[in-house]
Amino acid sequence: MSHRSFVWLCLLPLAVVTAAFFLLPMARLVVTGAEGPQGAAGYLAILTEPRYRATLINTVALAAATTIVTLIVATIAGMFLQRHRFPGRAVLIAMLTFPLAFPGVVIGFLIILLAGRQGLIGDLSNRVLGEKLVFAYSIYGLFLGYLYFSIPRVILTIMAAVQKLDVGLEEAARSLGASPWAVQRDVVLPALAPAFVASGAIAFATAMGAFGTAFTLATNIDVLPMLIYTEFTLAANFSTSAALSVGLGIITWFILALARSFSGSAVAAAG
Amino acid sequence: MNASAGHGASVRIEACGKTFIDGTRALEPATLDIARGETLVLLGPSGCGKTTMLRIIAGLELPDAGGKVLFDGNDMTSVPIERRNVGMVFQSYALFPNMSVSDNIGYGLKIRGVPAKERAARVAELVALTNIAGLENRRIDQLSGGQRQRVALARAVAIRPGILLLDEPLTALDAALRDRLRGELNRLLRALGITTIYVTHDQAEAMELGDRVVVMQKGTIAQIGTPREIYFTPQSRFVAEFIGAANIIESPIENGYLVLPGGRQAIGIDANFPTVVAMIRPETIRVVETGSAPLSGVIDSISFIGDRQRLVISGVSNRLFTVDAPNTVQAKAGERVGLLISPEAVRLLPSES
Repeated sequence: MSHRSFVWLCLLPLAVVTAAFFLLPMARLVVTGAEGPQGAAGYLAILTEPRYRATLINTVALAAATTIVTLIVATIAGMFLQRHRFPGRAVLIAMLTFPLAFPGVVIGFLIILLAGRQGLIGDLSNRVLGEKLVFAYSIYGLFLGYLYFSIPRVILTIMAAVQKLDVGLEEAARSLGASPWAVQRDVVLPALAPAFVASGAIAFATAMGAFGTAFTLATNIDVLPMLIYTEFTLAANFSTSAALSVGLGIITWFILALARSFSGSAVAAAG
Repeated sequence: MNASAGHGASVRIEACGKTFIDGTRALEPATLDIARGETLVLLGPSGCGKTTMLRIIAGLELPDAGGKVLFDGNDMTSVPIERRNVGMVFQSYALFPNMSVSDNIGYGLKIRGVPAKERAARVAELVALTNIAGLENRRIDQLSGGQRQRVALARAVAIRPGILLLDEPLTALDAALRDRLRGELNRLLRALGITTIYVTHDQAEAMELGDRVVVMQKGTIAQIGTPREIYFTPQSRFVAEFIGAANIIESPIENGYLVLPGGRQAIGIDANFPTVVAMIRPETIRVVETGSAPLSGVIDSISFIGDRQRLVISGVSNRLFTVDAPNTVQAKAGERVGLLISPEAVRLLPSES
């Protein structure tokens, strides 16, 4: 057996698994999406049908907001945690990363405990303002849930990136007269750009596709995964749910590719 | 600011010590004056406190209470580095990877609000001075080590600093390049005439670049002097051994002679001591016929270096004896040779540990 055919032979199991569990179902999904009453035009319905379009915009906006706020919170926290040593630091990091193990349902449950009808915030606002503040079942509740979900993932990536940052870069900028703000703007943030793209991509993709939290909070929220679920189980509309699934995948992939190309120069330079 | 005169500021550090939070004493309180325009080299093995001293001068570390840093007589101790107007070159160069070469060089000027046109002119001036024309638009990861070193220097000098601080700027380069850049750096520092403090563990760099050299050991200053003083008249065994090669001898003196296993060596003064520490540089020793010298030994090994050869000789003192002979001397390992040393070449050292 030549070296080359040996390598091909080793790749065979991977090829089989990829074909059986990834390519074939994907292909079937794409085909199903075009089997509705409108045929391939069913895909266009994602954009033309007002309800679908509104849901799509909602979902992207929610995922984008989640990503941006997560990056801001996680960068500040990650930088602080990596650069400072204080008693209780290890416990704090462990607590911050604790939600990593939770499924979306548990996150949704936590949000209900916090901002639901019997929630902590409702109780408190009832006592102070005489009015019960309830937002668990709205898009704000979902946003909070996604934040809770994303921050641990992003914080770990940022901490690792901060650790690798050459302190000499900051000292050099300071020696040239840069104020602490200028050092952050010109040196630290550009150097962290690759970590922002990598961890932001994960946060964005998770927020686009997360289902458990949305399902738990339910009622007033229209996001794509929920829409796919209702079309599939309640309306038994297989072709539309397939088309929406393909659309969700493509849109997420496209936005991630866009983000990567925008930060491409920064990523290459920092590498 | 007098930076335009090209001579920078004078520096005085007064009783500056440094104890880190974990209790490590990195630097014993030291006082040092550096004249305007002088190049001072801090030399020592790693962990001797030289980098700590540089960082205190830079403003990256605070000295322990009681220590003071003065530039041109003004107390700068509590002034942060960004307002000290120092140019600094780091061992890792610390060039900004998200900026081009010219943006790196112009960064300090941009921060100071210098107009773009003026900035470009100054950058062009430094590009020419440091010999990196053609690289202005390169990214940092497209530069070789030597090019990075020049960009780091250009960036530090661009702001017309009062003091230039260099932390092992050549250590990251390979040996051949280091030798070449050392000469180049020397010419550049002389041309700039700016007050320079240069940290290194390489004694060849210290010799070539320093107007004065501060030899440091375990957080204290072992000796301060010109390269010649440090080399010819070391005040301790540590300095003698750290600078260049040295034969250290421990032996009694009888009537002005070192009494050695290989013979007797005159020291030029009539004295008697039970035991002394003496130093003899390898290049001051002449290899001669056995009969015509008071000292003799057997050649252990010969290393041919090119411009000279280094002989290791046993039987002269208690340890192996190093002799640098001209490359024309015919010698073989195992041969017995005589060693001729003038009394002035023998330097007695204080007999500390």
